[in-house]
Amino acid sequence: MIPMLLYAQDEVGHVSDELIEEIARRVGVTPLQVNEVLTYYSMLHRKPLGKYHVQICTNISCLLWDADKLWEQACHKLGIGHKEATGDGQISLEEVECIGACSWAPAVQVNYDFHHFVTSEKLDQLLDGLRKKQ
Amino acid sequence: MLYNEPSPLETRVLSRRFGMPNSASIDTYLATDGYKAFLKARGMKPEEIIEEVKISNLRGRGGAGFPTGMKWSFVPRNSPKPKYIVVNADESEPGTCKDRLLMEYDPHQLIEGVLIAALSVDAHAGWIYIRGEYRYLIEIMDKALNEAYHKGWLGKNIQGTGFDFDLYTHSGAGAYECGEESALLESLEGKRGIPRIRPPFPAVVGAFQCPTILNNVETYCAVPAIIRDGGKAFADLGVPKAGGTKLTCLTGHVNKPGVYELTLGFPVMKMINEVGGGVRNGKKLKAFIPGGSSCPILTGEECQDATMDYDSMAARKSMLGSGGVVVMDEDTCMVKAALRIMRFYAHESCGWCIPCREGTTWLRKILTRFHEGQGTRSDIDLIGDLSKNMLGRTFCPLGDAAALPTISIVEKFRQEFEDHLNGRPCPFEHAGHMVTV
Repeated sequence: MIPMLLYAQDEVGHVSDELIEEIARRVGVTPLQVNEVLTYYSMLHRKPLGKYHVQICTNISCLLWDADKLWEQACHKLGIGHKEATGDGQISLEEVECIGACSWAPAVQVNYDFHHFVTSEKLDQLLDGLRKKQ
Repeated sequence: MLYNEPSPLETRVLSRRFGMPNSASIDTYLATDGYKAFLKARGMKPEEIIEEVKISNLRGRGGAGFPTGMKWSFVPRNSPKPKYIVVNADESEPGTCKDRLLMEYDPHQLIEGVLIAALSVDAHAGWIYIRGEYRYLIEIMDKALNEAYHKGWLGKNIQGTGFDFDLYTHSGAGAYECGEESALLESLEGKRGIPRIRPPFPAVVGAFQCPTILNNVETYCAVPAIIRDGGKAFADLGVPKAGGTKLTCLTGHVNKPGVYELTLGFPVMKMINEVGGGVRNGKKLKAFIPGGSSCPILTGEECQDATMDYDSMAARKSMLGSGGVVVMDEDTCMVKAALRIMRFYAHESCGWCIPCREGTTWLRKILTRFHEGQGTRSDIDLIGDLSKNMLGRTFCPLGDAAALPTISIVEKFRQEFEDHLNGRPCPFEHAGHMVTV
């Protein structure tokens, strides 16, 4: 059920009520059971995120390369906070736990794409690019 | 392209195909002795395979370090139930990024390791549970599985040997806890990742209530070399009670962070100074985490004669863990480090056991206020006491994983906690505000 939820979310953008109903029907459980499972997993979202979901890791290995400053920079630049999206729905932000890129820290993930050795300048360019990207 | 330059001090057994052109393709794999170990194992009795793995002194690479051959021998082969093989590719331990490379550069080595494990217990199906964030790796693994099916290395009657095996990928969806073996099995079964009480262990009652071998990616990846070159050759690479090599992820304040394959027993200071190019900016080594944030922290002095193996770390009351080395220089605020580590465990605690759920949350709150300069003297002992009260009181090791580094930081760097009380909220930086998730 977990991959089904994630792949469905990739298509719809978030786990909507309709999606829960549909998955419950296909798996043969109640919508409540689907909801019970999905609330456990941090990658599954009940609310729409931005088209580009920017996930900044601030866990220990990234923190040692000043990832907390990158996080503050991104919040400031976009005017949004943790799990919030810009008004046009283009970009959302999330401070995430270790994404498994510790030796190439600090690391940022945009949707499923990894960005390694992120500097302040690189983050600026990345966010500017995402603002314009279709 | 490799993520980092290899080091001449590496011993490349598991990573020997890293950097080869098309290293992930089955053609490259077959051209470089690939799947030969499977054919050799097919000619061996199951107990001979397990014996060879025992001789190799291979210990689980996920963090616990349990002897792999012994784990496999616990599977009741005469059970009427089907047996399963599960790969733990939920790599989430902070500081660890090695399984990623093993799957990205050499997915067939993992498949072959799984096949040999399957032969040893007569299993015919398995899953690779990959963390959801590693979507590109799921795609690489799926491609490798398709190649293997297409060329007859998976499916019915593999290479005419009469052995059948099906292997699937399964995505996680963001949960550190699902790297714990029993929580992983719950998640695989489509449930919340809540740990199971043990015994029974997965070897007897695992996936879908059936006997299951469950190991880390790196553990399976070591198996083809063990069968191909013999368990003794692998054992001889390491130290007496732990054979082979370990993919070590050098992270934090080193000049050349990266993933390096080093023999077990490799000296810590040589690793930092020669493999990792020394501490960044010529600074002094202050603290060291040997294998992921769950391990008790070592001071720079404790590292001087330490080696990267299970016994050396145990003698220093720490653990080899998952190979996620975190190096901290003299300018690191240890209160901030303790807080960041605790925030992680508070976020990832599944909430099933009260000591862990409440303990991590309260420790996060206390460390947050302490770091902001709002702490009291009694908080220092409270942090230690709360941590000690979590030890051994939870279903799974997450509670211990949160407590152990915290206890060690408070004990070894107490002075820094005192400094925070003495009008210096954070001695190493200003604006030490941290967003609390």
